[in-house]
Amino acid sequence: MNVTIVDYKSGNISSVINSFKEVAKGKVNIDVTSDLNKIETSDKVVLPGQGSFKSCVDALNSINGLVETLNEFAITNKKPLLGICVGLQMFADIGYEETETKGLGWISGKVSKINNQNGKYKLPHIGWNQINIVKDSKIYKDIENNSHMYFVHSYEFLPEDKNLISATTEYSSNIVCSVEKENIFGTQFHPEKSDKIGLQIIENFIKL
Amino acid sequence: MLKNRIIPCLDVKNGRVVKGINFVDLKDAGDPVEQAKIYSDGGADEICFLDITASNENRDTIYDVVERTSKKCFVPLTVGGGVRSIDDINKLLNCGADKVSINTAAVQNPDVVEKSSKKFGSQCIVVAIDAKKVNDSWKVFTHGGRNETEIDVLEFAKQMEICGAGELLVTSMDRDGTQIGYDIDLMKSISSKVNIPLIASGGVGNLDHLLDGIKFGNANAVLAASIFHYGKYSILDAKKFLHSKGIPIRI
Repeated sequence: MNVTIVDYKSGNISSVINSFKEVAKGKVNIDVTSDLNKIETSDKVVLPGQGSFKSCVDALNSINGLVETLNEFAITNKKPLLGICVGLQMFADIGYEETETKGLGWISGKVSKINNQNGKYKLPHIGWNQINIVKDSKIYKDIENNSHMYFVHSYEFLPEDKNLISATTEYSSNIVCSVEKENIFGTQFHPEKSDKIGLQIIENFIKL
Repeated sequence: MLKNRIIPCLDVKNGRVVKGINFVDLKDAGDPVEQAKIYSDGGADEICFLDITASNENRDTIYDVVERTSKKCFVPLTVGGGVRSIDDINKLLNCGADKVSINTAAVQNPDVVEKSSKKFGSQCIVVAIDAKKVNDSWKVFTHGGRNETEIDVLEFAKQMEICGAGELLVTSMDRDGTQIGYDIDLMKSISSKVNIPLIASGGVGNLDHLLDGIKFGNANAVLAASIFHYGKYSILDAKKFLHSKGIPIRI
């Protein structure tokens, strides 16, 4: 099996690579590339994302044909794709970080700044927070409810269809921390930095 | 609920741990990777490396340490010490650091903080402030606490937030190494001044000090070195203690 981590030159993806390689233990091939052919023929794709919504979308768009290839992979061919952090946020129609920016539009909704109740809560939301699993999701197999995950973000994804939310976390409000729509999975937290439980989620995705 | 974090910090010089845990089962007590792994297995919420390598020719040793650590530890890794430029930050991140802490360079050239937080995202830019009380206010010190500046700590903290720092790591020079506890007034003052998370550092000698840093200093995370290194307390001891005092902790 081939799992491709999309390297679109946005932010630091070393931790994502290291964690997938740790879980794969050589049995699953982990590619790190922006090569369209490799992505297309891959069994699974991971879309990481660090920095701002705009910088990630711009970086995706700067690689000719990448968005079309991802669309074909996830929407037309319905192959499993996992978005992490801004990778998840880009599933939205639109994001408001820096400036209004169009997303991939895979899951209707928007990405807005976390309402921190006029400064009562610090931003970014950094650290370990518990997830409340609200829907059976394949990536949460063997994951206990209220497990701790590592978060670092100031913006949140607000999908229109609340039924797509698979877990939330409590901060200044109830924040969406993962979504699942058929073959498309996304986590706002960083499984690659969430210790053993995070690695279990990565394993669940690889084993899908 | 978001948890308060406990961050053990390891001083690394020429690729080796300076003060480390003395566990008998360690194959190589001077290897930062082994030490970091012990901490992450023990429940550390993050790991921090402070590179205190003095000579330029040995600077590259930290990259190898970071690269090896990030393949073994799957909790956030912060690396600081001698970070001067965007290029330094880029290299550390590429080696697998999740956050980079900037100290002297942030004072001399705040532009580095602004540019790097735009380029890599605020989430990976930590500004480390060394503070010391001079007369009635705290001043920023640079070069590992050797050089005094005229810059007011509280104003500098605010400026760094505006420049895009994702977190502040504040060390009290008055308390560092004393084991008499954090400078609570300093932490409280900074915490109320800025709206980004604060990591308290400098002066921890026992578990009550960690509690005070969170409870009275309003720190979001507490960093400590020697109490963990010398085996006085394990990370789990600290977590259980804080948990028993009602502090939100990941156990």
